[in-house]
Order: sequence, then C-alpha cells, then structure tokens
Amino acid sequence: MASEEPRFVSRGFTGRPHGPGADRLPPGQYLERGFPVLTAGPTPRVEPSEWSFRIDGMVDNELEWSWDEFGQLPAEDVPCDIHCVTKWSKLGTSFRGVSVDVLLEAARPEGEFSMARSFGGYTTNLALEDLTGGRAWVVTEHEGAPLPREHGGPARLLVPHLYFWKSAKWVRGLRIMDHDEPGFWESNGYHNRGDPWKEERYWSD
Amino acid sequence: MVGLTEVAQRAPGRWQIAEVEQIRVETPRTKTFRLRLPMWMPHLPGQHYDVRLTAPDGYQAERSYSIASPPDDEGAVELTIDRLDDGEVSPYFHDVLVEGDQVEVRGPFASYFVWRGEVPVLLIGGGSGVVPLMCMLRHRRRAAPEAPMRLLYSARARAEVIYADELGDDAIVALTRELEGVPIEGLPRVQLGRIFPGLIAAEAFDSGLAFVCGSNSFVESISQMLLAAGYAPDRIRTERFGPTG
Repeated sequence: MASEEPRFVSRGFTGRPHGPGADRLPPGQYLERGFPVLTAGPTPRVEPSEWSFRIDGMVDNELEWSWDEFGQLPAEDVPCDIHCVTKWSKLGTSFRGVSVDVLLEAARPEGEFSMARSFGGYTTNLALEDLTGGRAWVVTEHEGAPLPREHGGPARLLVPHLYFWKSAKWVRGLRIMDHDEPGFWESNGYHNRGDPWKEERYWSD
Repeated sequence: MVGLTEVAQRAPGRWQIAEVEQIRVETPRTKTFRLRLPMWMPHLPGQHYDVRLTAPDGYQAERSYSIASPPDDEGAVELTIDRLDDGEVSPYFHDVLVEGDQVEVRGPFASYFVWRGEVPVLLIGGGSGVVPLMCMLRHRRRAAPEAPMRLLYSARARAEVIYADELGDDAIVALTRELEGVPIEGLPRVQLGRIFPGLIAAEAFDSGLAFVCGSNSFVESISQMLLAAGYAPDRIRTERFGPTG
C-alpha cells in the first residue's frame, strides 16, 4: 500500500460500521439483505412443462433434458455468496440444483467456451473453465423453495464466483463453442468475464 | 436519428475527481448534483456514473446513479439522487456534500437502457425512475424536438414530482396518493391514481421502444400493461431498482 499514490478521501465520510462479513464483500460491493431483481426486459413466464435444458454446439453428444428428466439428475445444495455488478452482495444464501460438471460430462464438450441461452433471448458467455470444477450449477430451488419466476424460475444458471449477470435466469441451454463471443451484457458495456474480486465490471476494467 | 448529437459508446472508465459545482433541491427527498468533470465525455441518455466514497481508514462505498442532464452539456453531468434514510451513500450526498466539495466518479457506463434516437419512444417512470428518462426527454428537446416521445410519470404526491417545471404537454403525471379535491398546480397533464392499462393503451405507439424505470413491482406491472397494449418483449427496455442506498 505504501507505494500507491495518496488516496482520495471523501470529506466527512466514515461509512457504515464495517461489521462481520465485511471481508466477504468484494471491492465496491455493499451488503444487501433482500434479493433485488435486475432484468433488461419483461419477466418471461416459463412453465416447467415447457422448460427443457439443452447442450449443443461443439459437443460429442448433444443432449436435452425435459423438466422431469432434469429432476432425476443428482442435485446438491449450494451455499454461496452472490455479487451483483450493480453493487449489492447477498451473503450466506443457498440454492439447490445440478452441477454443470454432471451435465457436461454427459455431453462431452469439444470446445473451451460456451454461450448460456435463456428463454426470452438473454445470453451470457462463459469459458468452460468457469463452468467446471464444482463452480457452476443449474439450480431450481432457492433457500428451500422453488426458484421464483422473477429470479429466473423454473431454472437459472448459478456461477457465484462471477458477477451475477453470468448466472443466466430462465436458462434453457448451453452452446459449446471453440471461440469466445460476447453475450448480452458483454456486448453492452460490461466486462467479458466479470470477476468481482478483481472488480471486472465494465469493458475498460 | 438525424439531428441527434453524436454520443460516445465507450467509456473512459477511469476514476476521476469531480467538483460539485451546484446542488439543487428538487423535492424534499431528491437533490440534483451538478458535477464538473476533468475527463468529461458525452454520454448516451440512460447511462449512469459510478460514485465512490472513501473513508480515512480506506473503507470504500460505491453506487451507480443515472445521469439526468443531456449529453451536450459539455464538461459536466448532473446526477439526481433520492435520499434513502437507511442508505450509506445517498445520505452523504444529501447531508454532507456542499458546493465546492470533491467527489470521485467514473463513467458513463452501460449501453442497453439507452436511447440512441429510435422513434417513437414511450417513457414510463416511477418515483426517481424518472431520472434517466428525463435525460432522454431533455436530449430530445434539445437535439430532435420533432421526435415523437411521451413520458408517463408516476409519483406519490405533487410535492414529490421531480423536474415539475420542465414537464410539458408531452408528459402525463399520475399521482398515486394525492387527495382528491386538492388543487394541483404547475403540471400541464395530471391524473389521480396509478398508471392503468387504459392509459398505457391510449399513449402507446404502434412501433418503437418503451423505456420503463422504477421499482421492481412498478416495472413488472407496467411491463404487463405494455405487453397487453401490443408491445413485443423486445420493444420494452427496463431498469429496476431494488433496495439500494
């Protein structure tokens, strides 16, 4: 720290008491006890009967699970902290769903990149490195209840180590690719990867 | 698009120290902060700036605030900020900052909830959700006055209407908690009660975009009305604020 330039200090600002949990907040984030909703357009209405999850593109084995078939896959509880690029973080929440490792193992990807695709047209790009190794899930429950529609129900991607726009709501599949492409927010000013601990919010970060 | 000021899509992104040039009281809960920027660049209407406060011990708090001023206001931006009683940053802006103070900001950011000159445009805002819409309205008035654009603005009471003296025939204000029989002055077009499906249907355009900004419940209910009035989902752009501060 000593080698850094003198830091700007905001006159008269002390901030909230930096209590327990402060070390779990990435830079620039604040603690939120609710669960705000952020969506670029109207909330899609997707019934479980019309939901399915598909893995296609550069894979050895294209796969599609219906809602009932998906429910037969091994699910696990995922306790996690989540961080939204709009500055709020929610600590100590939990989801339940299927690890993306399980899904990809069955599809056998032949590319290193992916585009997550959602009902309603939303997309977000993720390197497979960020989707594997027990760090990403397709979840259908939040804190013991079915995932609410406004939070992406019936199913959303959950990638808690990246900013939450990567955790695509109303997710319907992954397209595996041999190259990287920007998704929706990544084409609209936001960072390509979005690591909250590196504060990768915008293109220029 | 003809007649609109050229505005940049890419942000400088670097933190800079702005000077608080002017503070205007808009309503009992909102103030507008005019910031003079050493590294100013034109923004797209709808974009935001991030602000960062730093305590002497190094603790920092960041928030995003929509830009209220039009893009051709060279060298400065105006942020209109609602004071949230349990907030951390907005009370600092309201209670501590004075003209001549410095504040650290960076921007402008985001490029989806922005108006690039598409017409016609229906703007629907709830509470301080009117701020980015006012930027669009101001830009249209200055740069493309013929562009069809209407604003529907929901506020609780007359005293809480931001930018009241700038609202003309192109704006309808819906006052949700104003009492019947109380004279309402200084607003050309006003109705008591919430924005309702018939109002949306009457003001809807057959083509073009709708920008909706406000609380999540406001945006959800307005989006449903727009869908019912014939707007396809890809014609509806939303910005929601939950609890923030």
